[in-house]
Amino acid sequence: MNNLSEELNKKLGEAVERMPAFPKSVQKILELTRDLNCSPKVLVQVIENDPVITMKILRVLNSAYYRLPSKITSINHSVVFLGLNTVKNIALSIAAIGILPKKNAAGFDVSQYLLHSLSTAAIAKHLGSKIGGADPMDCYVAGLLHDFGKIVFAQFMPEQFKVALETSMKDDISLFTAEQAAIGTDHTVVGSMLAEKWQFPEPLINSIRNHHSEKAGATVMGSCVYAANQISKKMGYGFAGDARVESLPPAVSKHFGININLDVLIDSIGDDELSKILEHAKQFAQVDAS
Amino acid sequence: MKIKFWGVRGSIPSPRAGTVRYGGNTTCIEIRTDNNELIILDGGTGIFPLSQTLLKELPVTANIFITHSHWDHIHGLPFFIPNFIPGNKMILHGALDPVSGRGVEQVMDVQLQYSYFPVREAEMKASIEYVSLSPGETVQAGSATITATLLNHPVVNFGYRVECNGKSLFFTGDHEPYSNIYSPGDESYEEYRGLVEAQERMVFDAMHGVDVLIADSSYTIDEYPAKKGWGHGTFDSCMQMADAIGAKILYCTHHEPTRDDDALEREFAKALERHPRREGMTDFRLAREGIEIEF
Ligand SMILES: [Zn+2]
Ligand SMILES: [Zn+2]
Repeated sequence: MNNLSEELNKKLGEAVERMPAFPKSVQKILELTRDLNCSPKVLVQVIENDPVITMKILRVLNSAYYRLPSKITSINHSVVFLGLNTVKNIALSIAAIGILPKKNAAGFDVSQYLLHSLSTAAIAKHLGSKIGGADPMDCYVAGLLHDFGKIVFAQFMPEQFKVALETSMKDDISLFTAEQAAIGTDHTVVGSMLAEKWQFPEPLINSIRNHHSEKAGATVMGSCVYAANQISKKMGYGFAGDARVESLPPAVSKHFGININLDVLIDSIGDDELSKILEHAKQFAQVDAS
Repeated sequence: MKIKFWGVRGSIPSPRAGTVRYGGNTTCIEIRTDNNELIILDGGTGIFPLSQTLLKELPVTANIFITHSHWDHIHGLPFFIPNFIPGNKMILHGALDPVSGRGVEQVMDVQLQYSYFPVREAEMKASIEYVSLSPGETVQAGSATITATLLNHPVVNFGYRVECNGKSLFFTGDHEPYSNIYSPGDESYEEYRGLVEAQERMVFDAMHGVDVLIADSSYTIDEYPAKKGWGHGTFDSCMQMADAIGAKILYCTHHEPTRDDDALEREFAKALERHPRREGMTDFRLAREGIEIEF
């Protein structure tokens, strides 16, 4: 297991502070905050659809300052606890940083990344509510944030990340293996380190850390995120740099039933549900036809 | 414990003929422990007349607790006279601003910029100390114990429970009762309802059984629908809250700046009719500048 140096961990944490959010949410937040009576529901929805804003709000909320008896992952909970306007102000301060550029030096497409994250989130939520044993909204948040490390690489280590993306493609190896060679660590490590640094709930940290490992099978939530990630890739919903679809390790698949493989699981979700998930994700990811 | 109201007006100082009886100064409450230690809740304009009375007991240590950073709760702080006299001490307590990440010192900094106020903090002769509190944190001020509770307002707002020698008081600062942002039938309605109930329970626990509850009752129930989300309560919501937590006395405060004394008494009386009192129930009162009670 790769560990980030204390210094890199600190540097990335600070860098994420200055990280802008996705175009659609920035536009929506500016629009909503011009209207004094903006609907709280819509604001929650915008935040829940943006991994950067979700990450930053959870960071504020789970910081030692608030001394919460139990950790918070839900944006609704953050609105009740911090108050709508404080959440709105945090969102606004993130919107003020700017917009995550579609073109980055790594050649990583952020709209396709968002589409992948949103569909993974929605599928994880669906799986969570179907099999029970995990809070569906927690599964959603874990799915939304599982690849956060990649957007950090694209933004702050674009040259090395570019090499990883190209190697993964050229040698047909999974992206996290290529990242380890090119960067010395991978997105599961960086994503979970940030989540840990910001004192996110343990199950969320673990789901991010293990989403390419059979250790994901240790919990229902980890299994839902693992499976949802592979389903999203198999269905071609967006693209986050990793073309390889992995089969479900037994430790993961056992949560969904006997003799369940990826195709059976996809069938069990059904076309209707999947196309609904894709439609919703597309609305937010702003993927253009090109 | 002794308390005295130095400012009971919300939003903006409102001195005029129509507000002479209840007063025009913004929020400030003086508390004296049985050992005569000084605790001040909020630094609205009421803190200026209060600070003048302190000149006869110098040197003074003022334990000030700021509920939140809105003007009407901090506006008098630069005019807290003991700060200009060596030997005095001010300990300013309050929340951290989650957006800027800055502590309670921010409420002085923003006001003591030279273009807005002629004296810089460095020129103040008293010792000034800042203590940023976390939600739920308890601190000691002399013989009193003060606990901060996060309430519901557009900015982070702490309600404070002050306890001393078996007596207790809770001041809300500005607070609006929690409500569901979803409508029945929405997917998240039930989840949100559960969260709201849990949060309300936590707040009520923090207030439970106080001798005196001082609460934000800015609006009438008729005015409220147009002001929902602005972060203030109503006479009725305060009365329900006081009954629910079993307070002995409720003081309604943060009076609307446009509400003259007669209208204030009229609206209060109407709310009282909706919440009839029997022996042993909470005694409902209107906070008035200058009144002092001991309990
Ligand atoms: Zn106020
Ligand atoms: Zn206020």
